[in-house]
Amino acid sequence: MAWRLRLVPEKTTIDFFKLQWVTFGASVLAVVVSLLAVAVIGLNFGVDFKGGTTIRTESTQELDVGVYREALSGLSLGDVAITQVFDPGFRADQHVAQIRIEAQEGEEAITPEAIAAIEAALVAVDPAITFPSVESVGPKVSSELIWSAVLAIAAGALGIWIYVWLRFEWQFAVGTVAALIHDVVVTVGVFSIFQLKFDLTIVAALLTILGYSVNDTVVIFDRLRENLAKYKTMPLRDMMNLTANETLSRTIMTATTTLISLTCLIILGGDVIRGFVFAMLFGVVIGTYSTLYVAKNIVLMLGLDRSDKPKNGKPLDHEFANVDA
Amino acid sequence: MLHTPLWKRLLIVAIIVWGILAALPNVFYTRVEQHNDANKAIAAAEGVATEDQAAARGLWPEVLPSALMSLGLDLRGGAHLLARVQVADVYAQRIDALWPEVRDALRDVRDQVGAVRRQPSVPGVLRVTISTPDGMAVALEKVRALATPVMTLTGAGASDLEVVAEGQDIVVQLSEAERVATDQRTVQQSLEIIRRRVDEVGTREPTIQRQGDDRILIQVPGIGSAQELKDLIGTTAKLSFHQVLGRTSDAGADPGARNKLVGDAYDKDIFYIIADEAVVGGEELTDAQPSFDQNGQPAVNFRFNPSGARAFGDYTAAHIGEPFAIVLDDEVISAPTIQAHIAGGSGIITGSFTVEESTNLAVLLRAGALPAKMTFLEERTIGPELGQDSIDAGKLAGIVGMVAVAAYMVLSYGLFGVFANIALAVNVILLIAVLSTIGATLTLPGIAGIVLTMGVAVDSNVLIYERIREELRDGKSPARSVELGFERAFSAILDSNVTGMITAVIMFMIGSGAVRGFAVTTGIGIFTSMFTAVYVTRLIVTTYINWQQPKALVV
Repeated sequence: MAWRLRLVPEKTTIDFFKLQWVTFGASVLAVVVSLLAVAVIGLNFGVDFKGGTTIRTESTQELDVGVYREALSGLSLGDVAITQVFDPGFRADQHVAQIRIEAQEGEEAITPEAIAAIEAALVAVDPAITFPSVESVGPKVSSELIWSAVLAIAAGALGIWIYVWLRFEWQFAVGTVAALIHDVVVTVGVFSIFQLKFDLTIVAALLTILGYSVNDTVVIFDRLRENLAKYKTMPLRDMMNLTANETLSRTIMTATTTLISLTCLIILGGDVIRGFVFAMLFGVVIGTYSTLYVAKNIVLMLGLDRSDKPKNGKPLDHEFANVDA
Repeated sequence: MLHTPLWKRLLIVAIIVWGILAALPNVFYTRVEQHNDANKAIAAAEGVATEDQAAARGLWPEVLPSALMSLGLDLRGGAHLLARVQVADVYAQRIDALWPEVRDALRDVRDQVGAVRRQPSVPGVLRVTISTPDGMAVALEKVRALATPVMTLTGAGASDLEVVAEGQDIVVQLSEAERVATDQRTVQQSLEIIRRRVDEVGTREPTIQRQGDDRILIQVPGIGSAQELKDLIGTTAKLSFHQVLGRTSDAGADPGARNKLVGDAYDKDIFYIIADEAVVGGEELTDAQPSFDQNGQPAVNFRFNPSGARAFGDYTAAHIGEPFAIVLDDEVISAPTIQAHIAGGSGIITGSFTVEESTNLAVLLRAGALPAKMTFLEERTIGPELGQDSIDAGKLAGIVGMVAVAAYMVLSYGLFGVFANIALAVNVILLIAVLSTIGATLTLPGIAGIVLTMGVAVDSNVLIYERIREELRDGKSPARSVELGFERAFSAILDSNVTGMITAVIMFMIGSGAVRGFAVTTGIGIFTSMFTAVYVTRLIVTTYINWQQPKALVV
C-alpha cells in the first residue's frame, strides 16, 4: 500500500454529539458576545461605510506618525486617524501609512482644497512623500453602501435557504441557515472586538464565507440524505455521527487546501487585501466548525420525519441514491 | 464500462485547447496590448499604418486570440468618480425661461386679468400674481395654452406644465411626467458630454456609466488623480456662431484687429478668419436635432432661445449670401452660407454630412455645456505603483498557493493527486481564458477570487476521490469504484456548487466595484472547476484505468 498523507485516519468513530451541549453553548455564547460587541463597541467602519477620506502615503524616509499628526493638526479636519502599514512585501525603504479623515460637516465628498492642503502639509514634513491612493466617500453614498451590504448578505442567506429547502427537508434548511448566521455573526464580532477595519471588501468576504460554509454543510447533508434511505432504522444521532465521520476526511481535506491558498494570500498578497483575506481565513475555520457542530445539531433538535411515506409523492431519497443496489 | 464517447473526448480536448489559446495573450500582456493598440490606431486611420504601428502589430500573430483581461483601477491605477447630476437645476432654468412667455400671453388679455407681477418663489416654481382675480379662469386658460404634450412611454398625452390657481396667484411648475422626461434627458446629455470629454484625452478603456436615476460613474485608468478627471469633465465645450471674414490655408496668417484665426475641425489645411465677437453664443441654443434638408440630405436642425433668436434673425437678415462659422472649442465645425433671413430662432445647418455626422453634430451642439451642475459623492485615486505592487503580490501569492496546494494533493492522493493538479491547472487556464474573452475586468479582490478558487476547486476532486476510496474499501473492482465514485459524488458536487453560485450571483447583482470583481471570478471559477473536476479528471482517470487495467487501485 502506497504511503499517503492523511490528516484524518481512514476510519473514524468520533462522537460529535458527546459534548454537544458544550459546543452548542459555546456557539450560542460566541454569537451573543459578537452581537453585544457590535452593539456596544461597534465596528471600525472604513470610509466605504462611514464616509470620509483615506489617504495612503508612501515615503522612502522613516516615518513618524506623531510628526504626521502634528502636521495635520492645524488643518481642523476633525477626527484624523493615522496608522503605519507593515507588510513583508515592502522594500526596505518603503514606509507606508494610512491616514483617515472623517466626513466633513455638510460636504458630500472632501473638497479638492482640503486634499491639497493635507498633501502640502505632509510634503512640508517629509519631502520624499508620495500619495499612491486617495479615496473619498460622501456620507450619503456610504449609508447606501451599508444597506446594500446588509441586503446582499440577507439575500444570500435567503437564496441558500430556499435552495436547501427545495433540495432537502425544511429542517436542513433551518440548520444550514443557522450555521450561516453563526459564521457571519461571529466573524463580524471578531472584527468588532479587535476593531479591524470593516469595509466593502469585508462584505464580499462574508458572502464568500456564506458560500463556503453552506458548501461544507450541504456535502454532509447530501450524505445524510443518502444514509437516511440506506439505514431506515438507525437512530438519527448515530446516523449523523456515521455521516460526519464518513465525510470527515473530505471536510478536513478541503478546509486544508482552502486554508493553504488563503495563507499564501495573507502572507504574500499585500496589505491592501489583508483584512479581506483574514475575514475569509477566519470564516473557513469557523465554517468548518459550524458544519460539524452547529448545522447537524439543529437538525437533530428539530428531528426528522422518517416515516416511509413518500413526501409530495416523491421518494424521500434523491435521484442518485438508487443508482447502485 | 468506463467508456467516454469519442465526440465527448474530442469536445473536452477542444475546450482545453481553446482555453490555452485564449489565456495565452495574458502571458505576453504588454506585447499583446501594443499589438491591440496598433490595430485600433490603424483601423482608425482606415488601414494606413505608420512604421511603428506596423512593427507593433507584428508583435502578436493575427491568427491567435488577442483579447486580454482588462485590469481594474486598483491594479492599473487611475481615478474613480461617482457624480450626482443636480437634475433640479434644469427645472429652474426651464421655469425661468417660461416667465417671458407667460407675461406675453397674459398681456394679450390684460383687460381681463389686470396687471401681472412675478412673485419670488422657490427655484423651479413660477408664481405670478394677477391684479384682477375675476380674470383667473381666462389667465389659467392662457397659461395652460403654453403647455405642450410630453412624449413618454407611460404618460403619453400628459402636459409638460402644471398650472394651478392659489388665491390671486397662478402657480406654474413642470408636471411629474415632464420632470421624469427632463431628468432622463439631463442625465443622458451629461453622460454624452462626459464621454466626449474623456474620449478626447484618449485614455484606455474608460468606464462611463449611468447608475440609478441621477448618478454617473466615471472610471478612467491611467489618469493622475480624481481632481484631474474632475477638471477634465468640468470644462465646458464652448459653442458660438461667428461672422466669417476670410478663408486661408496659411496657419500664420494675420487675422487683423478684433478678429481671430481658427482652424477647421476636419481639414487641417483650412483656416478661417472670423470676428472675435460671437453673433450668438452656444448658451442661447436650446435644442439641436439631426434631420434632413429639402433635398433629402442629412442636416441638423437647431433652435435658439428668444434673445438668441432675435440676434440671429437680425444678423442673417443683414448678411444673406455670406458664410458664417459654427465654432466649437476654437475649431470651425461648419461654415455654411446664409441662404435666407432666419427668423423665429430655428435654423438648419447643411453641409456634406453623412447621417452619422449629422447625428454627432447634433449631439455636440446639444452637448456644449453640462446641462446641470454635478456633485461628487465618491472619488478615488489609485497610483500606478500601488497597482503594480498589488499585481506582483497577487501573482506571487497565486503561484505559491498553487504550488502548495498541488504538493498537498500529491502527498494525499499520489498519482490521483497529479491528475487533480492537471485538472487544477486546466481550471486556472480556463478561468483566465473566459475572463479574457468576455472582457471582464480583473481587480485585486478578483485575484483573491482566483486564488480562492484554486483552493476550493480541488474540493470536487476531493469529493470524488474520497468516494472512490470508500467504494474500494467496500471491495469493489477499481473500474467499478471509479465509476461509482464519480457518479455518487456528483450530487454533492452539484449542491455545493449551486449554493456557491447563488452567493456569487447575489454579490454580482447587489455589489459594486470590488465586490463585483470578486463575484465574477468566483462565479466563473465555479463553472470551470465543475467542468474540470467532472469531465477533465474523469477523462484522465478513465484513460489511465483503461490503459493500465490495474488489478488494485490505491487512491
